[in-house]
Amino acid sequence: MAKTATMSERLGPQPGERIDREQPVGITFEGRQYRGFRGDTLSTALWASGVRVLGRSFKYHRPRGIFSLCGLDCNALAENRDSTNLRMDTTLIEPGLEARAVNTWGGVQSDLYRFTELFSRFLPVGFYYKAFHRPRGLFPFYERRMRRIAGLGNIHPNRPLQSTPKNYDFCDLLVVGSGPAGLSAAIAAAELGLKVLLVEEDRLPGGTLGFQLSGQPETGTLLEELLGKAAALPNLEIRTGTTAAGCYADRWVALFDSRRLTKLRARGLVVAAGCYDQPAVFRNNDLPGVMLASAAQRLIHQYAVRPFRQAVVLAANTDGYRAAVDLQRAGVEVALVSDLRPQGEASGWREEVAGLRIPIRRGTAVYEALAAPGKRAIRGALLCPLDEGGDPLPDRSESIPCDGIAMSVGWAPADGILRQAGARMGYHEALQQYVPDRLPAGIFAAGRVNGVYALGDRLEDGRRAGRQAAAYLGKAGSEAPAEPPRRGEAFSHPYPVVPHPRGKNFVDLDEDIQLDDIRHSLQEGFDSAELLKRYSTLGMGPSQGKHSNLNGSRILARLKGESLASTGLTTARPFTSPVPLSHLAGRIFSPQRRTPIHARHRQLGACFMVAGSWLRPEYYLVPGADRRATIQAEAEAVRGRVGVVDVGTLGKLEICGPDAVAFIERMYTGRFAKLKEGRSRYLLMCDESGMMVDDGVAARLAPDRFYVTTTSGASDGVAREMTRWALTWSLKVMVLNLTGAYGAMNLAGPRSLEILQPLTDIDLAPDAFPYLGVREGRVAGAPARVLRVGFVGEWGYEIHVPADAAVAVWDRILQAGRGAGIRPFGVEAQRLLRLEKGHLIMGQDSDGLSYPSEAGMDWAVKGDKPFFLGQRSLSILKTRPLKRRLVGFAFPETYGGPVPRECELVIHGNEIAGRVTSAAFSPTLKQVIGMAYVQPELSAPGTPVPIRTGGCRLVTAHVVELPFYDPGNLRQKERPA
Amino acid sequence: MKVMRCPVNGWRPIQEFSYGGAFRPMPQPGECSNRQWADYVFHRSGAAAVKKEWWCHLASGVWFIAERNTSTDEILETYLHGEDGHHE
Repeated sequence: MAKTATMSERLGPQPGERIDREQPVGITFEGRQYRGFRGDTLSTALWASGVRVLGRSFKYHRPRGIFSLCGLDCNALAENRDSTNLRMDTTLIEPGLEARAVNTWGGVQSDLYRFTELFSRFLPVGFYYKAFHRPRGLFPFYERRMRRIAGLGNIHPNRPLQSTPKNYDFCDLLVVGSGPAGLSAAIAAAELGLKVLLVEEDRLPGGTLGFQLSGQPETGTLLEELLGKAAALPNLEIRTGTTAAGCYADRWVALFDSRRLTKLRARGLVVAAGCYDQPAVFRNNDLPGVMLASAAQRLIHQYAVRPFRQAVVLAANTDGYRAAVDLQRAGVEVALVSDLRPQGEASGWREEVAGLRIPIRRGTAVYEALAAPGKRAIRGALLCPLDEGGDPLPDRSESIPCDGIAMSVGWAPADGILRQAGARMGYHEALQQYVPDRLPAGIFAAGRVNGVYALGDRLEDGRRAGRQAAAYLGKAGSEAPAEPPRRGEAFSHPYPVVPHPRGKNFVDLDEDIQLDDIRHSLQEGFDSAELLKRYSTLGMGPSQGKHSNLNGSRILARLKGESLASTGLTTARPFTSPVPLSHLAGRIFSPQRRTPIHARHRQLGACFMVAGSWLRPEYYLVPGADRRATIQAEAEAVRGRVGVVDVGTLGKLEICGPDAVAFIERMYTGRFAKLKEGRSRYLLMCDESGMMVDDGVAARLAPDRFYVTTTSGASDGVAREMTRWALTWSLKVMVLNLTGAYGAMNLAGPRSLEILQPLTDIDLAPDAFPYLGVREGRVAGAPARVLRVGFVGEWGYEIHVPADAAVAVWDRILQAGRGAGIRPFGVEAQRLLRLEKGHLIMGQDSDGLSYPSEAGMDWAVKGDKPFFLGQRSLSILKTRPLKRRLVGFAFPETYGGPVPRECELVIHGNEIAGRVTSAAFSPTLKQVIGMAYVQPELSAPGTPVPIRTGGCRLVTAHVVELPFYDPGNLRQKERPA
Repeated sequence: MKVMRCPVNGWRPIQEFSYGGAFRPMPQPGECSNRQWADYVFHRSGAAAVKKEWWCHLASGVWFIAERNTSTDEILETYLHGEDGHHE
């Protein structure tokens, strides 16, 4: 068995450590066994065992180690059996974890892909845009190669589908960040009575109190006191391990934790998210051992791991001096502090450092980290004094042996949420930092993101923001100063960038972008922050530029001779940090509607089709018969015997009230004032421009009550528009949408009367219940509205019953019709039957520019009424020549070619002269028939119309008079006496 | 995701609402010129401004008027048709 490495770099117990020394945890990394403690992350467990190479970089496959230790180490990604791209710096270890670094060839220690670095001279920024275009056929090859080399982890396609719940939540005030400012803001607001939610990305609260300011005399027991106060407030909730990753309109904030997405609606928002520690740019600033001072402090205070044995601290602020003291106290030999600033440190921390006998070099930069063999660690730092202009003087450089460099040269505000919320950031010259310039109403900032650094000031600024938010939300007695307590001292260096003739001074570690890459992008003309980002991919890696955007902007500004204020930043977009797709994927909230009889259709073998939001039977499968034959047999059953079709998808509205007639007269083109009770009439609706938008039937149930049907897709929209017009016209009318409350079926065919009569108390005798009559009564025991209609061109009854009775009625009808050979029929047979009758389907035989005269529907338009929707426009259209006409066409009976499809073109001469809207083989007429819009000169019956169908064949049909079948309507209504 | 105040149901998420177009008084169809009518039917101004719009709360079917600044997408006021806004 392989020997487990010892935790050689583990320190003695630290006051705020997150590890449980009682619980050792064994893990395997790259095939070797290691031990850590519960509470360790992959990175810290390995670092404690002396492992330095945790991953390989994206492009050049350079060794990389711990850099930020706060979830931004995007070169230390691991994969295991289930997951990939695990961030080792925040992924907690568990017993039995077996992980390896992503995207290596032969392991992370001696990744063979590292040889790409030898060609780095030939892989300048944007090389893939330029180099791999020709020959074009080879691009897929190059692409595959590049994707393999320059990629991240492998996706496991066999991973089981994971669905995560979504949570909805509300609060008065959301506070982002649990450092001193965030905690004091949340406490201040909660003390004023607000319902406050505080979210913290880290798994424990405290922010910098947990590492940077840990164990300092000035902090003492501050964190415990703040958390105690917070715990005593029942209206203050703290959620750790929760990232506010997106801010949308009206303070809708996306919160992510390890399990799910929470959609939070906050009435107010305080952002106290702090800052991201920023690296310095010098040669080999990426190698294992070079890290942010805050990462070194996290290692010491949170994980009790010694970051290095011998360190150089590169500082440009007080925080660097604090780090030097922390390191020395943790047993690291701090060789010296190299301060970029010529004036050095003014605070008492300079004496603290000097008191530990750590030499301080002012106006000095790290010029290069000296690489150990294989670049798997560093063996020293090459220091170099800076001249008055801040440029390095390499002649006077000096080599200091060390295995670690801790950098503290500046901070970038964690302002993603602020900027998404609409805050405008401005560059503060004294602080050398972006700070919120203008905040939208209800959005507040506090702490370091607001440019406030001293601990006391941060507490005060938090209190100020919390009280301001309370005042905004209407809490009396919560006055607070408007201005944050900012001081003049800069915690960020204006240009922590040191050029080196041999390069490898990285600006963006995620994407391996070097200082020269930015220079080259600029030379090629990509000279704005947004263009630079897109061309060089600066800031486009997994950490989204949290360590590179600010230095990138500083470099861009310097190269262009501008101020940072004018260079600006790239747009901040959601999400601020990557989110698992499983958290985002979810149910789609667009329900599919089913009629009440759906289950019966399934039992009858229906093939379903999607019709708008509905699922409808297209036809009923018969074993051994093909689709076309089945549809034709269904149609023949209706023509010869009897069939029944579910028309429950029709819109069903009840329109009632004293002004019901006046209202319908205004909404529809026809005339209804004289429609008698118990009678129904066809309805056509136009919009204000006169275009046909819907049709149906109006049945008058009482003088002030109509039952109206609409087309299947339009019910909701029509009902909604009706309500609005009723409001606009101030009419006393009520529109009830009963579409879902009623089921409906159409019983059609010569034997429909004899089947229905025994099931109903309504007298179906033709003289008692004539064509277009409507009767209320009972059908199969259910209260029913029965309409005599002729949509499919046969004697028929449309039976509307309450939805919960529909199945029973359907069953009884099928049972009663068994002897007569009843057959359920689907949408396709219905379409065929109505085509034979020349009846339009709105939206199929009409489009957004069809008006009644074009479709031969003038009979349904009564232009001499006082008003209806579209009337004025139609009167204008009447004065213009028609541009097209809807006609019927038929192919000769001998035609055996393909049936034209919708939208196939009618050709006249060499020009497009129209288009097909519907076509089918009619079993009744034994020929292919259809309808088409054609130019008016082609509309006379008998005119040949060539149709381009089935690819490029031209076949000639002839215009025929509509309808194709039963022009006298003799089959659907009683014969005239 | 925005929220909007329905004059009947109070603050609701924007997905519960449907936009119903600009609020435009109809000219007298019998009296206006063809040009005036065509202007009413076809022409809409896309210029950013505070606009009066029809909105419908879908779940309850309530139509109302919203005054919205289309350059900032800020909803200034909502009220039922016939009840004037506060700053008319």
